Amino acid sequence: MEAFEILFTASLWAAAVRIASPLIFGTLGELICERAGVLNLGIEGIMTAGAFSGWLAVYLGGDLWLGVAVAALVGACLGLLHGFMVVPLGLSQHVTGIGITLLATALSYYFYRIAFPEVTSPPKIEPFAVFPVPGLADLPIIGPALFQQTPLTYLAFIAVALVAWFLYRTPAGLAVRTVGENPAAAEAQGINVVTVRILAVMAGSALMGIGGSFITLSAFNSFFFEMTNGRGWICIALVVFAAWQPGKALLGAILFGLFDAYQLRLQQLAGSVVPYQVFLMLPFVLSVVALIVMSRRVAYPRALMVPYRKGER
Amino acid sequence: MRLEPREHQSLALLVGYPVLALAFAAVVCALLVMLTGASPFQGFGLMLKGALGTQFAFFETLTRATPLIFTGLAAAVAFRAKLWNIGAEAQLYMGAVMTVVLGTGLLPLPWPILWPVLMVSAMIGGALVLSVPTFLKTRFGVDEVVTTLLLNFIVLLFVSMLLEGVLKDPMGLGWPQSKKVIADAQLPKLVQGKRLHLGFVIAVLAALAVWIVDRKSALGYEMRAVGHNAKAAHFAGIPVNRVLAKTALLSGGLAGLAGWSEVTGLKGNLTLDLSPGFGYSGIVVAMLALLHPIGVVAAAIFVAAVFVGADAMSRTAGVPSYIAHVMVAVSLLSMVTAIMLTRYRLRWR
Repeated sequence: MEAFEILFTASLWAAAVRIASPLIFGTLGELICERAGVLNLGIEGIMTAGAFSGWLAVYLGGDLWLGVAVAALVGACLGLLHGFMVVPLGLSQHVTGIGITLLATALSYYFYRIAFPEVTSPPKIEPFAVFPVPGLADLPIIGPALFQQTPLTYLAFIAVALVAWFLYRTPAGLAVRTVGENPAAAEAQGINVVTVRILAVMAGSALMGIGGSFITLSAFNSFFFEMTNGRGWICIALVVFAAWQPGKALLGAILFGLFDAYQLRLQQLAGSVVPYQVFLMLPFVLSVVALIVMSRRVAYPRALMVPYRKGER
Repeated sequence: MRLEPREHQSLALLVGYPVLALAFAAVVCALLVMLTGASPFQGFGLMLKGALGTQFAFFETLTRATPLIFTGLAAAVAFRAKLWNIGAEAQLYMGAVMTVVLGTGLLPLPWPILWPVLMVSAMIGGALVLSVPTFLKTRFGVDEVVTTLLLNFIVLLFVSMLLEGVLKDPMGLGWPQSKKVIADAQLPKLVQGKRLHLGFVIAVLAALAVWIVDRKSALGYEMRAVGHNAKAAHFAGIPVNRVLAKTALLSGGLAGLAGWSEVTGLKGNLTLDLSPGFGYSGIVVAMLALLHPIGVVAAAIFVAAVFVGADAMSRTAGVPSYIAHVMVAVSLLSMVTAIMLTRYRLRWR
């Protein structure tokens, strides 16, 4: 019975939205890349690099928002590398993406060790504080969940609306969707497929970087190894779950966050009966199940993972 | 900027570009080493000496290469058929789980029987892990990249659960580790007093076997056909899904052997740090080897030398050993670019 009552606690819903925040950024970022026809498996590493670089900027005396900007910039640079290798050079998107993840992760750890050769406890920063939205923060359940969060979570919500508006309401968004569906037709319209794809991958990777920075600047206050812990891969599953739509990505990320927050609480309740690893496994199992369920009616971008070469059919 | 296929590839090109790629990786790492204040020449010197300079170092490199040959073969076999198996890490651990379940006393058999039994069961363990994503791919069209990646996390938590539960060594002072495998399960050392074990020889033999399957058997032909163009293979009457299933069994089985050889040849038991990312490094090994089984052996020794050398450099010059991971990742990215440039010419307009 107690397990059921947890569902009506405000702290559960607040935790769900908090856990969802980095996933919202990451999923939106991956969604933009894939909408343009590019799979970005660099996401796991880009989030790690964002988490590290954003945190380092703040640790060295920068403002918190400067940290977010640095994370976005680092993400965009890694996106440029991925975009350059898979779009004009047409290299395997799988292999390049894994390579970017390995590179970004290795560089983050290397620079962390150079900056802090011998620390026993990770150095800390002052992270984003909770900013209650006046008037709305006191609503029951909804208040703590949606309006008692850190500014980066609000930014995640704004990003969902912005990305949706961009993709469906602007000519540039139409161009992104066209190069992901039918690059030859886009070319015929005078759209430069290579440029649009690279810019989309850079923008998406910048969002992934911000998602990573949420982990170190908002959820925690220091950088650890293996901190990203598969969040990037979960974002890739969430994109499929969301059928490549920003609104559903938000929904999927919050559902996932809710599930993760719930299993954490169940773990405390039933930890003595069921091994804690079972609970930790559930989010990953859920992602696989979601992929199977959604596989029936996915309408993935037609040119996803298809390199485009002018004049080739 | 566009790409133009080359009509023929000269030998200078085929050798030159890959060498350039590795040189590029070395330059990037030299710059990173300079950031620490150490001299890059001295650093690379220490690295080379630490990886190949002494007999001890050389054996250590071959020891580290052993699991990489297995995981590299696993990736190469799967990638050839365009089955994107990114889950060798999970398959390795499942192979190790099977090894310690059967090899710690449950089957008190003499070694000539026990070895093959353990090898086959480790292969089954690894193969089962990969057959789940492969089934989901062929039956429901679920992308195997995501599912194999997610399975890495699921299986590692599963192993952690076993090590704190049924497989926990009661004499392990509370550490999450399994019991040691019995003496008949252990692989002998190749050289008295060194860590290098028979697993290395078996890994090389596995590479030869994969090469023969690839070149001489119908399955090898079908796997390459499916990888080249699944639709055309289907029209040519090749049962694509069945070939993918067989590929998964072979690839997962090879990764499972990596777990078996680490447990029976080196560690003796199963712990959560059995593999420091051998599954992921296997992907790099396979790509550096251009997915060629014999090349995998050479690439695995190269990658192992980088890791072992970087450890030595980190001990003596204070350069963080993560430099090895950077070098391996840059090598991967520059190598795939270089290989592409041997086939295509870049035209700026």
